Amino acid sequence: MLLSPETRARMKRNRPLQVGGAMLVVLLLVIGFGGAVFPADPLAVDFSTALLPPSLDHPFGTDDMGRDVLARVIAAGLVDMEIAVVCVVLPFVIGSIVGLVSGYAGGAVDAVIMRIVDVFWAFPFYVLVISIVGSLGPGIGNMFLAFTLVTWISFARIVRAEVLVVKRLDYVAATRVLGYSHLRIMFRHVLPNVVTPAIVFMMSDVVLTILAVTALGFLGLGIQPPTPEWGVMIAEGQNFILDAWWISVFPGLAIVWVGISFALIGDGLDDLLRAKG
Amino acid sequence: MTLLRHALGRSLQLVPVLIGITLIAFFLLRVMPGDPATLILGSRGTPDEIAALTKRLGLDQPLWRQYLTFLFDLLRGRFGQSIVYRTELGPLILERTSATLQLVGLSTAIAIVVTLPFALLAALRKDRFLDQAIKVVFVVVMSMPAFWLGILMVMVFSVHLGLTPVSGFGEGLVERLRHLLLPSLVIALGTSALTIRTLRSSLIAVLGADHVDTARAKGLRGSTVLARHVLRNSLISTISVLGVHTSWVIGGTVVIESVFGIPGLGSLLVSSISARDYPMVQGLTVTFAVLVVLVNFVTDVAYAIADPRVKL
Repeated sequence: MLLSPETRARMKRNRPLQVGGAMLVVLLLVIGFGGAVFPADPLAVDFSTALLPPSLDHPFGTDDMGRDVLARVIAAGLVDMEIAVVCVVLPFVIGSIVGLVSGYAGGAVDAVIMRIVDVFWAFPFYVLVISIVGSLGPGIGNMFLAFTLVTWISFARIVRAEVLVVKRLDYVAATRVLGYSHLRIMFRHVLPNVVTPAIVFMMSDVVLTILAVTALGFLGLGIQPPTPEWGVMIAEGQNFILDAWWISVFPGLAIVWVGISFALIGDGLDDLLRAKG
Repeated sequence: MTLLRHALGRSLQLVPVLIGITLIAFFLLRVMPGDPATLILGSRGTPDEIAALTKRLGLDQPLWRQYLTFLFDLLRGRFGQSIVYRTELGPLILERTSATLQLVGLSTAIAIVVTLPFALLAALRKDRFLDQAIKVVFVVVMSMPAFWLGILMVMVFSVHLGLTPVSGFGEGLVERLRHLLLPSLVIALGTSALTIRTLRSSLIAVLGADHVDTARAKGLRGSTVLARHVLRNSLISTISVLGVHTSWVIGGTVVIESVFGIPGLGSLLVSSISARDYPMVQGLTVTFAVLVVLVNFVTDVAYAIADPRVKL
């Protein structure tokens, strides 16, 4: 995508976008290459090195089974980020399409879809995610399903609201006069003009999702040990918090890092794209 | 009279939502792999026992009939039987509801106390250093996992400083407040991160409104304008802003109750899932959704009372 000089100039002044973007790049580099630079086995149990405080050999210390906490935080990053990205992209795609169709079609279709959205809206996010994952059993596939079922409504609402505005504009009327099919009008002419707020929301949804995914792990309902996962690691360190704070504190800081970077990117994108519109 | 009609109209709109909630809760138990009777009895159940339980739960009936039975049982206040506790769910859930509501109440109160001054400061110093600083601090707060923040706070306030209990619920008003303080604070901080932003934008709009300009032009002192014309309006916005996030606050209790060992609906949900007490999970899911719907309804009516501009 070519950026106009004007947009590029605005990006230069956009502090949140720069800081958030830089933090995300650092995160991806650490997750992607950290294992190669720091080749400790995140699963290797060695009781002779249990509960060691942070040192040069073990920068983040070791846990109660002598596993290197830094290696585990890096390995867990890959697991958590993969889940978070899929758990946000799936509802984004499905919710946007539903919102697009609902808003464009209007009438009875819209009324029915919006009632369904209202019903899902009544359930607290955590309650529904925990109940669905709990009923289906732990497992990555079930987590994808649960998050998609729960968060598509936000995207559907956002996109539908935009469609209602855009569909009254002259250019959409013009496409109808040209005799384009509804499918073509919806996906080629309406969608590109309504998807921006959904993309901005996707960034804050990453924050909510990473918090919920790690909460599931923490409660023992998500990723199962010994697979390293930030929430699981915090739970494992909880019993040692007084003697070995590093087991729980570092994975928590990793989550905060992810949260801040996506929250800032969301803020920055919001500024950038709203100024444009 | 109009207020009554408004409330009545809103409550009629709730009916389809409530029916939808029961449908989702009903299917929650049906979409699971394997049939519920086998899941409930586990691998120890003999074929005879499974057949008997299938009959008792009405699982041999057609799906629509099962749903109607479920719905009418709910209307009569019969939530079914807990597998773990071997008693009616209703009283068990009711008992736990009060603990959760106390937690929600206290954290809402703390959230208001935190939100109002910070949002006001941020709006008055818009785009200046203080505004930016408040924004950054609450972005960090929002990114913290509640369970992690809870553990850290217990480490600092309970263990090192000895100010609050480590976990539990406490008896008597003072003890109860001491026990609920940290968990409520954790939920309130997360909520404030969302509400401060919303309230800040609506305050900026109020500060630029004509009636505030008029008040200033009349020569009223800055503090008087703030107290009489801005703050009063912003209190009303706070109600609606918090109303939007009710679902978030109630959902937040689930994880926090487990961290702090509070005997509420959330910790019961988590332990019921671990114990595969599926009827309990179903009953609790309905309860949570109904709570959100009710609280939203109350906020809505409160908003209509507080703000005469809302069309009744």
